[in-house]
Amino acid sequence: MANMFAFAESRGGALRKVALETVSAARQAADATGGGEVHALLMGAPGIGARAEALGRAGADVVMVVEHAGLERYSPEVFAATAAAQVKSGGYRGAFFAASAEGRDLAPRVAATLGVSMASDLTSFAFEGDALVGQHPTHIGKIVTTVRLTGTPAVVTLRPGAVLATDADRTARVQQVEPALDPASARVVVTKLGGSGDAQLDLADAPVIVAGGRGLREAANFALMEELAAAFGNAAVGATRAVTDDGWRDPSTQIGQTGRIVSPDLYVAVGISGAIQHLAGMRTSKTIVAINKDKDAPIFKLADYGIVGDLFEVVPRLTEEVKKARAGS
Amino acid sequence: MKIAVCIKRVPDMDLRFAIGADGKALDPAGLKFDIADFDGYAVEAALRLVESQGAGEVVVVSVGPAAVQETLRKALGMGAHRAIQLDAAEVPFDGMAIAAALAAELKEGGYDLVLFGRMATDSANQTVGPMTAHLMGLPCVTAISKLDVADGRGTAERQLEGATETVEFPLPAVITIDEGLGRPRLPSLKGIMAAKKKPLEVKPAQLGAAHLTVDVIALPPDRPPGRIIGEGADAVPELIRLLQTEAKVL
Repeated sequence: MANMFAFAESRGGALRKVALETVSAARQAADATGGGEVHALLMGAPGIGARAEALGRAGADVVMVVEHAGLERYSPEVFAATAAAQVKSGGYRGAFFAASAEGRDLAPRVAATLGVSMASDLTSFAFEGDALVGQHPTHIGKIVTTVRLTGTPAVVTLRPGAVLATDADRTARVQQVEPALDPASARVVVTKLGGSGDAQLDLADAPVIVAGGRGLREAANFALMEELAAAFGNAAVGATRAVTDDGWRDPSTQIGQTGRIVSPDLYVAVGISGAIQHLAGMRTSKTIVAINKDKDAPIFKLADYGIVGDLFEVVPRLTEEVKKARAGS
Repeated sequence: MKIAVCIKRVPDMDLRFAIGADGKALDPAGLKFDIADFDGYAVEAALRLVESQGAGEVVVVSVGPAAVQETLRKALGMGAHRAIQLDAAEVPFDGMAIAAALAAELKEGGYDLVLFGRMATDSANQTVGPMTAHLMGLPCVTAISKLDVADGRGTAERQLEGATETVEFPLPAVITIDEGLGRPRLPSLKGIMAAKKKPLEVKPAQLGAAHLTVDVIALPPDRPPGRIIGEGADAVPELIRLLQTEAKVL
């Protein structure tokens, strides 16, 4: 029986979807190794503790809450020192983080502080004897590498969406914990967090992604994509590199080899030919729809459902039909 | 300003990959190699910083066998001043093992900045930069897309999912670079000629023990072949039906 540690990522006082996924993954790991406890670490400004209940439902037995006025925003050194101190004193077999922007920053700091190695961006994992064995997409997703991590604790980051958040129906015990480093003494300080104010779903959190390419012809035509996303109700809008390079869309929405790697339930590629660099960022989507006027576009080799046609006719119709379908359901 | 840039030689990702005989590495036949994408951005960032400050030195460092000298020479051709190969028969998969070698080399080097690409495009672990920073005892900012340096302090921006963080930190520091600081320049002919005469030092890599290893690599499972379900807006009702009844995502 082994206890597991999970880092519960939050932003602006709210849990991120990956927090529930990380806790659920730790729950699975604890159950698979004899039913140990899951201890989640939740850090933020005073009030963040109110989010502990949701972590309990996702499978945490204990939520260690660090509330500090200096932790309104992510603080890499304070978070790393505190996570490492808790992992060390808790004697956990595994320490789970999300392979998100924050988790990918934090986990290597924690591993290095503990003096252990770590495995990154796993899509699945299992403890086998004294090792953790996991699958990690490498080479821009063109290779699946099975990695073996020895040492305790096994520090890992999990690819967002790889482990689904489950409802474990638990009530977590809450422990107040002090930060292991005074936020005022941190060398690296996040002074501003911008662009997160809008209510729009982020690519990492959205079950549906509608992505547009050069076929949309100009920035203003992304209104069609916004309308389609709104019709789904649970969609975010992504873009190809050509589009973000031209400044039509924010660079943070670029999907592909050098941008975001996404794996939504449904990916709707509109006016995207399907360059290999783009496919690297979305090929693990569960269902792929492509709308393109060129029937020979490479995206159709990957798309579960392709429609050949003028996107300026197909997309408005799709928006309308999705609205109807959702109204009926 | 003295800047070290740690770079990795990786296979060209546009080629078709096959699995090598041992099942743990790519079949080397037909592979081409180049500096990893983000590492190229890191070299560019270092060159621009030194150029904007009017003085300084850019030292490129790579762990690996003699073949990495080609990658180091490319960075020298871009304008880096000198290179260090930390000689190792192969590059470990374990970020901590690599970080140990880099930290041992860089710790006493008097660098104002140590730059990395945010991750290598082949192993995609994204761990070596912050681990090296920890071993060197330096502040670290990862995956930045904007950087200003003045008066011994840096200000950087990081792209998060749907948000941007502004981060301030003192120098010396370790930074890992995303895109956004400017596309890597191509080595000019003059640069390539000059690179041949620039110093390239070879030292043994003091690698750490590897606790993260590769069991096996495989090509990802094939998706079912693509299917075109129709043409034009008239195909939309059929798409809706399939999304509801077959894919069950609507």
